Amino acid sequence: MSPLNTDPNFHEPGRHFFRDFSPGDEFYEHLIEAHNGLTDEQSEALNARLILLLANHIGDLRVLREALEKARG
Amino acid sequence: MGAYVNPIYPYRAPTDLQGGAVQRKPLIVIGAGPVGLAAAIDARLRGLDVLLFDDDKTVSVGSRAVCYAKRSLEILDRLGVGDAACQLGVSWNIGRTFMDEGEVYQFNLVPDPGHKRPGMINLQQYHIEEMLIARALELGADLRWQYKVVAVTPAADHARLTVETPDGTFDIEADWLVVADGARSPIRRHLGLDIEGRVFQDRFLIADVIMKADYPAERWFWFDPPFHRNQSVLLHKQSNNVWRIDFQLGWDADPEEEKKPEKVIPRLQAMLGDDRPFELEWVSIYTFQCRRMTDFRHGRVLFAGDAAHQVSPFGARGANSGFQDVDDLMWKLALVIQGQASDALLDTYAHDRQFAADENIMNSTRSTDFITPKSRTSKTFRNAVLALAREHPFARKLVNSGRLSMPSFLTGSALNTPDVEAFEGQMVPGAPMDDAPVQVNGQDAWLLDQMGRAESGFAGLLFADSPPTPEVLAALQTLQQGRVPVQTLIVTPHTMNIPGVRVIVDAQGFMAKRYDARPGTTYLLRPDQHVVARWRSLNASAVQAALARATCNTSA
Repeated sequence: MSPLNTDPNFHEPGRHFFRDFSPGDEFYEHLIEAHNGLTDEQSEALNARLILLLANHIGDLRVLREALEKARG
Repeated sequence: MGAYVNPIYPYRAPTDLQGGAVQRKPLIVIGAGPVGLAAAIDARLRGLDVLLFDDDKTVSVGSRAVCYAKRSLEILDRLGVGDAACQLGVSWNIGRTFMDEGEVYQFNLVPDPGHKRPGMINLQQYHIEEMLIARALELGADLRWQYKVVAVTPAADHARLTVETPDGTFDIEADWLVVADGARSPIRRHLGLDIEGRVFQDRFLIADVIMKADYPAERWFWFDPPFHRNQSVLLHKQSNNVWRIDFQLGWDADPEEEKKPEKVIPRLQAMLGDDRPFELEWVSIYTFQCRRMTDFRHGRVLFAGDAAHQVSPFGARGANSGFQDVDDLMWKLALVIQGQASDALLDTYAHDRQFAADENIMNSTRSTDFITPKSRTSKTFRNAVLALAREHPFARKLVNSGRLSMPSFLTGSALNTPDVEAFEGQMVPGAPMDDAPVQVNGQDAWLLDQMGRAESGFAGLLFADSPPTPEVLAALQTLQQGRVPVQTLIVTPHTMNIPGVRVIVDAQGFMAKRYDARPGTTYLLRPDQHVVARWRSLNASAVQAALARATCNTSA
């Protein structure tokens, strides 16, 4: 099995979502909101910081290598 | 091929409503759109006299609201026009999403078998309205065309209306007034009531096109297609060879210019990609807002549908949520008018439907922000989701070309009694009931068609695998003879004959699974087919307490 999970995985412990699209939509809303009012340059910098934070949280280099490959397309 | 011709409904002079003292009616509805008409039908089904005023004399001009979701069809079944709508409507479950030249994703609205109605049908609003008008008249609703309400004066125990007709102006009073006069709601404006939210800076061209096309009955949505670069396009099949095509134009488009056939026809030709013949039935340019009134109830004046809340069209949450407003409102209004519930019950209409409106606004705003990104970064993310969606399931789930209308789980409703025992599954207090295939008297039937037969419309479900004891039968009788009667149906896995009790057979086990039921499990259900409370065994006093709470009769 591939180390990178590409199945829908957005969730929140202790919360029940009645519709399967809701947790992903909620994340996406937060993501776009985080960029609200920023210049393109500021947004790029935010994205870079975000990737670094999440990469460290994941930690597992097998997962990160695979994600980098898939993102490169 | 031929364009739709709007019927003209006859005007009747208000001779019977004027002259002498100002008359008082129990219930007046303003607006003969789908919402106002549904309210009038529901009123008649609940034994209320109803007078409906509309300032026009025909149905919708153009197709307007074309998608009727499963929950609306279930409500239309209860109102008596579900079969007619489904026979004429185009049933579809598959939605396809394209980016540039390729398909990225498709969804199926009903992955779950065992529901009477499909996820969605497409039907022009004028057809739905014609069906609702016929049904309302059949039930004895008093519909008045070319009656324009120009003033409303609210009072403590009624509202006074000033009505303009071709024969002059007259005043009339209503104990209760339901306002369903649409997004621009002249009555809401006249009363100076707040409606707040977000205006979207975008314009859309909407065209009803008559053509013989062999595309399947599916919803097709394009992001940035070759024939309409940098914008979105939506194609939907309607009945009688009419197709709905929706082009995003951007904020700078000139609405008057874009509406001209010489502008519209080349767009359609580029999209259709061949020289097939087509005819334009209706063209309109629209903008939209996502907003709602602060309070849907103002004393004796109750707002429903677009008059109370508006959403972007992505997700078909306009007319669909309007039907749900009516579904929620009319049983409450009937119980209050008939003296079976306290007036506070109508406050819960406002609370429950405001909650639902917020959910609809949230979902349609999210869709709109995905479809029409407002910044370069937002567009980069949108396109990244679409690019990943070709291969990765998580990204397909994020593609948001409209989250199609589904009913709200009213988990915060004051009418619910919280669970005290453990249950699995989705049928929590406040949930809209899941349908299921069942058998009644040896015939195949559907669960939702069995609901709401008692006068009040409250129903119980008692799951059993053996005949009920005399104590249980006595408890059921007590519930049926209460101030607000509850008719309980016994649900069994196999046929059982119990004198004086309606039995439904859950032969395939859909109900047991969806309702996480074991022998003894008992549900109390609202007249609008939402769960109120549930228990692992039947206890008449627990049911009565939950019923009192669900009718705001607890303080009595």
